[in-house]
Amino acid sequence: MISILNKLIPAETNLPWLAKVTMLLILVLLPFILSSYGLSLLTKVLIFGLFAMSLDILVGFTGLVSFNHASFFGVAAYTVGILVNRGFENFWLLLIPGIAIALLLAGLLGLLILRSSGAYFLMITLAFGQMLFALAWKWRSLTGGDDDGLPGIGRPEIGLPISMWNEQNFYFLVLILFIGSFLLIKKVIKSPFGKSIVGTRENELRMQSLGYNTWLIKYISYIIAAGFAALAGILYTYFNGFISPQELDWSMSGYILLMVIIGGAGTLVGPVVGAAVIIILQNLISTYTELWPLFMGLIFILCVLFARDGIVGSLLKLYQKKVGEMK
Amino acid sequence: MDSAQIIIQALNGLSYGLLLFLLATGLSLIFGLMGVINLAHGSFYMLGAYVGLAIINLTGNFVLALLGAALILAFVGILVERFFIQRLYKRELDQVLLTFGFAYIFMDVAKWIWGGTPRSLPKPPFLNSSLNILGEAFPVYRIAMIIIGLFVALALWLFLERTRVGAVIRAGVDDQEMVKAMGINIKIFFTGIFALGAFLAAFGGVIGGPIMGAYLGLDFNILVLALAVVVVGGLGTLKGAFWGSILIGFIETFGKVFFINFAIVTIYIAMALILIFKPAGLLGKEESY
Repeated sequence: MISILNKLIPAETNLPWLAKVTMLLILVLLPFILSSYGLSLLTKVLIFGLFAMSLDILVGFTGLVSFNHASFFGVAAYTVGILVNRGFENFWLLLIPGIAIALLLAGLLGLLILRSSGAYFLMITLAFGQMLFALAWKWRSLTGGDDDGLPGIGRPEIGLPISMWNEQNFYFLVLILFIGSFLLIKKVIKSPFGKSIVGTRENELRMQSLGYNTWLIKYISYIIAAGFAALAGILYTYFNGFISPQELDWSMSGYILLMVIIGGAGTLVGPVVGAAVIIILQNLISTYTELWPLFMGLIFILCVLFARDGIVGSLLKLYQKKVGEMK
Repeated sequence: MDSAQIIIQALNGLSYGLLLFLLATGLSLIFGLMGVINLAHGSFYMLGAYVGLAIINLTGNFVLALLGAALILAFVGILVERFFIQRLYKRELDQVLLTFGFAYIFMDVAKWIWGGTPRSLPKPPFLNSSLNILGEAFPVYRIAMIIIGLFVALALWLFLERTRVGAVIRAGVDDQEMVKAMGINIKIFFTGIFALGAFLAAFGGVIGGPIMGAYLGLDFNILVLALAVVVVGGLGTLKGAFWGSILIGFIETFGKVFFINFAIVTIYIAMALILIFKPAGLLGKEESY
């Protein structure tokens, strides 16, 4: 299955530094303007933006359309949630088991699912994702199952005399981790390794004949993506204060995939824009009707039919065309 | 476990496997011909169960419900294929994403119409008894499931192997370009096979209704089993779907006997082993994975 997606991904662009500073300034100043509800939405956008960026490493850059990305998000969320409920407090120390377990899971699953590609890859990721969902559902003694879930997780203790129960403080913690992750992912993408994953996406056979171990490239990229999804899952645990098996379900993986597609796969900024659009739309639509999944399905279909490049992808294409005309 | 129980469980496994076959064969043929994994395939199964239940409540006739639900969802399948999937001709990944979008819509529509309470379909009265097998009671309905499953398998085999249309479908699975070069309009076959898949899935939803019921979440629970079947059996062939279904049916049934709550894990262990040793499935076409 040669993906059309691959051909549509626009080239990496560099925004002028003024634009970057403006964006950063907006993110820093917004919490002082927004209502507490608006601030909570913005925090959610950053957490899911990070989650969507991590999926973009696979979908956009490596060309692997994974249907179980929620597994890593959910497993990390559960790990930290369970440890917090058993009395472990320090946020920074909790990051270690949370992320480690997701990396381990990705390392294990990757061995199985990266043996196949195309349609098989898609099916197998979906199947193993639903297995973990079923496990979380049935393993009541550990996860609380579906009825109870895992409640009362509270906010992180970061070891400083700053209360994370203050929404602004929590937002800034999320913002710092978000920006750190963004820069790190960007660094990976721009590194020689990043070039090699894009090369593998574009032409695996050629990369192999150049002596690259494309299996290993995909495997590492799969594990990296899982690590950032885990960080998003941990932040979500503290943000929501409650986890249920739903966090591992196909519908969650699809929710994130939609963010990547609507924002523009392979653009890194796109998935964050996608997260913002979807979360704001979800809140708007949910005030009028309970049929949000139906609208999500419709957006999915419209996006695939008419706006395959996504928002940022389309803008980039337009921009590149303009630049091309000027030259 | 004594021998009577083993026979009972084997019959359970067989009936369950043949139910999965109704679902998996469509999934497999659609992929074989169109290159698309239909992620809304479980939704057709779930909607089939719900629509079948509605028809039973209206008319009290199980057979009418079976055919009615299957035909209605075949029609829905035609609409989905003709007006959406076909617009993205040759863009297989996008087509998969499209079916994924439909899975959300079907899930929410089912929730909207039928609510969140799990429901169960009544067995048809003429099959609502049990047989005595070596001193154990075994429901006649399960035997009917086995007979119907075998009958559908035979009918599909005859259709694919002995008719002209079947020959075109087999040729299309092997080499689509060549079929087109012969002057055959393959797009009509795409619509046809998609509708047939939806028909069989909904048919399975009604047949399985008295045993599995109709509930939200059934769509992906059953889709995953069908995916396991095609991973184990191999994609694109009737034979693969048939033996894969029976194998998964047995694993799931005996898994439930031994590991009550975690039976689902046994299926994934089977899948993992197949992936390690035979990535194209037991009977799959080598190039398709």
